[in-house]
Amino acid sequence: MDNLSVDHLTGIKNLTENDIQLILQTAESFKQVINRPIKKVPSLRDITIANLFFENSTRTRLSFELAQKRLSADVINFAAANSSVKKGETLIDTVNNILSMKVDMVVMRHPNPGAAVFLSQKVKAKIINAGDGTHEHPTQALLDAFSIKERLGDVAGKKVVIVGDILHSRVALSNILCLQKLGAEVMVCGPATLIPKYIDQLGVKVEHNLRKALMWCDVANMLRIQLERQDIKYFPSLREYSMQYGLDKELLDSLDKEIVIMHPGPINRGVEITSDVADSEHSIILDQVENGVAVRMACTYLLAGKIKV
Amino acid sequence: MEKQVILNSEQFQLTLKRICYQLIENHDDFSDTVLVGLQPRGIYVLSRITSILEEITGHKIVCGQLDITFYRDDFRRREKPLVPSVTNIDFIIEGKKVILIDDVLFTGRTIRSGIDALMAFGRPKSVELAAFIDRRFKRDLPIQADYVGKSIDTLISEKVSVEWKEIEGEDKVILYTPESNG
Repeated sequence: MDNLSVDHLTGIKNLTENDIQLILQTAESFKQVINRPIKKVPSLRDITIANLFFENSTRTRLSFELAQKRLSADVINFAAANSSVKKGETLIDTVNNILSMKVDMVVMRHPNPGAAVFLSQKVKAKIINAGDGTHEHPTQALLDAFSIKERLGDVAGKKVVIVGDILHSRVALSNILCLQKLGAEVMVCGPATLIPKYIDQLGVKVEHNLRKALMWCDVANMLRIQLERQDIKYFPSLREYSMQYGLDKELLDSLDKEIVIMHPGPINRGVEITSDVADSEHSIILDQVENGVAVRMACTYLLAGKIKV
Repeated sequence: MEKQVILNSEQFQLTLKRICYQLIENHDDFSDTVLVGLQPRGIYVLSRITSILEEITGHKIVCGQLDITFYRDDFRRREKPLVPSVTNIDFIIEGKKVILIDDVLFTGRTIRSGIDALMAFGRPKSVELAAFIDRRFKRDLPIQADYVGKSIDTLISEKVSVEWKEIEGEDKVILYTPESNG
């Protein structure tokens, strides 16, 4: 198989279908590795990776760190809250200082859309985007595709609805691009104020009625309301949002068909999804987290393969 | 490329059988021994040897398949990524006598990776190596096989291909030599 067509993983937008298939296939092997008694391989023992998180994260940061350690890479972590960024240092200065310590790869989460692309043009290291503002979150989309494939056998031909705060969600954009490249049909569902105005240009269906959306789909990806990114009120109250767009057992049982429930986390239980649905056998939320490590190992491994000795 | 058949179908069978009898001499009823074939091509040697051994001894032989992609020493030195194969080891390695099996032993680097990959599953009592074809005089590492089907002397520019009935249609070993310009 061919190598990745890109030198950095800044977004799904730049990946070809072949790239995505290569990542998913490699991730399958890594999933085997992380289920062995010794969950570690020596591939990246001469690679150093810096994890730069300018925005809060639990799952993604731990998942990346674990993936890197299971590949035997050396890892340094950086959180903006207790760094020189607070003293006025620019992004490029911060990163170049870190690179002077012989770092080969940077995993970055940043509140500004485009930060990863910007960095990849300015510094000499492989960049992996771990979320840039409301723009993209490529590894989340890849692990979602991996999880759908694992549960349903394939992504092509499947109908996936993404429900919730599409406007502020990087998970939504990366998922739309990734699922479409793999041949799935995508719908977005949520209150009109939280759906970007021209999103149909991406070739997705738009639906404002959750019940109708669920009747249509094979997979429902429930997103969190990103209150921290909302500068104005987009809906009257969380309680009203929950009544209109929250997924509960009653609604799920009334569908008369099996659908797969996903959530990128963190869950706001009782808002977009109730506890009994999140913990039901329809939900693959914890599989997504497990697969996240395997998919991030695959992305890291394949990009590191392009750092020539 | 000039083609030369080194083992034909009949010699191929005899060679496999001989390796099996040598294994039986050292491992008796295989109660403490497991066979591990290296992906991608060693698993064909493994499946043949396993079925011959089972036929001769009447015992069930424990065997598994090992992929060594993530243990290779040429990562970041290749143009194209290697696509990993399946690892299938559903038994305990700890304390077992392991026989690693591959089709061609050449530089020894694959075997080095294989030993590394194997150790990730536990601490075997001992590890032996069975190679169907041993290409001598181009070893990069101090690794030798305990059981050899056929030893051959080759130039580095030559290529040895072990072909299987189930894949290529016929059991045989072929030596390819580049045409000389003289």
